[in-house]
Amino acid sequence: MYSYNAFDTAFVRERVAQFRGQVNRRIDGSLTEDEFKPLRLMNGLYLQLHAYMLRVAIPYGTLNSRQMDQLAMIADRWDKGYGHFTTRQNIQYNWPKLKDVPDILDALADVEMHAIQTSGNTIRNVTADHFAGAAADEIADPRPVAELLRQWSTDHPEFQFLPRKFKIAITGSPNDRAVTRAHDIGLRMVERDGVAGFEVLVGGGLGRTPMIGKVIRDFLPQEDLLPYVEAIVSVYNILGRRDNKYKARIKITVHENGIEEVRNQVEARFAELRAAFDGIDQKLLADIKTHFAPPAFKDAPVDAFDAHRAANPAFASWSDTNLTAHKNDQYAIVSVSVKKHGQTPGDATSDQMRVLAQIARDFGHDELRISHEQNVILPHVHKSDLPAVYQALRAADLATANIGLVSDIIACPGMDYCALATARSIPIAQQIATRFDELKLEHDIGPLKIKISGCINACGHHHVGHIGILGLDRAGVENYQITLGGDGTETASVGERAGPGFSADDIIPAIERLVLGYLDLREDADETFLQAYRRLGADPFKAILYPDQQKAA
Amino acid sequence: MAKAFTPKVVTANHLLEGDVIYMDVNQKWVRELHQAHLIEDEAQADAWLAVAAAQPWQVVGAYLADAKSSAVGPVPAHFREAFRAKGPSNYAHGKIEQDQVAA
Ligand code: HEM
Ligand code: SF4
Repeated sequence: MYSYNAFDTAFVRERVAQFRGQVNRRIDGSLTEDEFKPLRLMNGLYLQLHAYMLRVAIPYGTLNSRQMDQLAMIADRWDKGYGHFTTRQNIQYNWPKLKDVPDILDALADVEMHAIQTSGNTIRNVTADHFAGAAADEIADPRPVAELLRQWSTDHPEFQFLPRKFKIAITGSPNDRAVTRAHDIGLRMVERDGVAGFEVLVGGGLGRTPMIGKVIRDFLPQEDLLPYVEAIVSVYNILGRRDNKYKARIKITVHENGIEEVRNQVEARFAELRAAFDGIDQKLLADIKTHFAPPAFKDAPVDAFDAHRAANPAFASWSDTNLTAHKNDQYAIVSVSVKKHGQTPGDATSDQMRVLAQIARDFGHDELRISHEQNVILPHVHKSDLPAVYQALRAADLATANIGLVSDIIACPGMDYCALATARSIPIAQQIATRFDELKLEHDIGPLKIKISGCINACGHHHVGHIGILGLDRAGVENYQITLGGDGTETASVGERAGPGFSADDIIPAIERLVLGYLDLREDADETFLQAYRRLGADPFKAILYPDQQKAA
Repeated sequence: MAKAFTPKVVTANHLLEGDVIYMDVNQKWVRELHQAHLIEDEAQADAWLAVAAAQPWQVVGAYLADAKSSAVGPVPAHFREAFRAKGPSNYAHGKIEQDQVAA
């Protein structure tokens, strides 16, 4: 994986030293909160409901065991022994003390990590397919490009004060696991005449005005990527609205100006920029690529895997749900569920982090990933090692066999932590997962994505959940609105509102009714919730959610 | 007729800890809502908020939160303030933890 060069190291250390001075000046009163707030946000430090929160970037979701161990150390030493993995492939600490934050940032710098550009109107942490470099369906590993984008965008002088935050996601596979269509720029690798390039999407986003990204270029040669992305950001920097925060994202720019106009301006700017890029970016990319060379895969029999599957039904069930095909067929990609039924989605204890680090060292070529679905991935595990990996996970309460199922819920922090929330999301996720575990129907229900946000900002991606739940404040009471039919993959769509919201007490039974109702509606066990919804439309699902209304009508 | 004034407490986050704090009757900062001073009068509320805002080395983001009186002191008027007063619902962290330590 990518290692900092001397410049990166010096840059990150310098930023920590600056921030240490700023914190000291804040504490001794020489900086007011108004002066300090933008400075702390630039370093990933938020103030939430009960405490500060530090958001640490995990670039393209990739980390090694040493970094994971350090995240565990930080959780123990300066937080409450756990961390929260987010949909943006970050980790958040919910309880740091202001005076400790510079020390935490130094500890992060020790393992080449930081919290820069996790906030503010900048180009944020570039997110990537969490199976990058491993997936069988991948054309090429997108992470060198993600790293190139990160180096180019970090502290880019033209792009420190964009109209609004700017998020880029990238996938090296036509199957989109990085929600590229809900990002300001989405890059999806595709092949044309045997050559790999990018489909470039622009203007996707969730929040109060959800939009699916539009194709601005259907095929961009790889070597044109950086000038093209720079052209998009630069056109947005000028065209994007600064008069109204809610109309400032590029999705609105595209909506108001039309994709043709934006495309024309981008292409014109691209023509200028292309000439200015003299190939230095390609040299840099070639150098970065050497850091992402695949590990030295071993060649060994895989009989132990099949034998263990036959002998151990729990292992078989786990391997059915939590493994994905690897490009090397002796290997598998392991998705470790950080969503044990009843637990807070995405929270891992420091002990669990250390176990994951150890497994990565022992069996995983020292690689770990964080997925936007708030799980941890071991991208390269030889199949003969899977029984041992499973045992180690089980011992750490990390072997829940629920990846992609109803209890594998994305939930934002909601009103348990977030100062912007209008309702809680975590307890709703906990209760849904617990309820479906009791029903023992999860595996029959099959693939189903429930996503929960605690306010209209949509950090929990509810618009692209097959079932989305949005927590609102209705006259001083928590109220939950359901959306149906959302999809975050290459067939992306924004979910439709089902109808009036439900109280905190009624939302769990409503979801249960909806999912059990789907079991009656589906053609056969292979038709997923989303497929059934697309075949039948919203009406039968609404009828299940609102039985009384149907009777009255 | 002017709208009736909803009683308020002055609240903020502690600069160093981040913890939720309230102003008590002596204009000192306390950590429990029920120890806070319930302000029944609009002019007093504004004056007290100004006192809080003038202490940037101690507090962050001071504001007036609606509250109701009760036998044990002020109680929250809205669920957001109830969560601020109580701590998160998924773990016994924050205020819940401090209360356990104190008890
Ligand atoms: C608690 C601190 C947080 C704050 C203050 C916060 C704030 C916001 C705001 C204001 C937006 C809307 C931006 C816009 O539409 O212009 C937003 C969107 C978003 N945030 Fe957060 N958020 C927080 C936590 C999180 C967490 C924990 C995650 C990951 C689980 C996350 C991921 C996202 C995502 C994915 C979006 C929507 C996608 C988009 O930008 O269109 N945020 N956040
Ligand atoms: S969706 Fe709202 S409540 Fe949830 S984390 Fe984002 S801003 Fe906070």
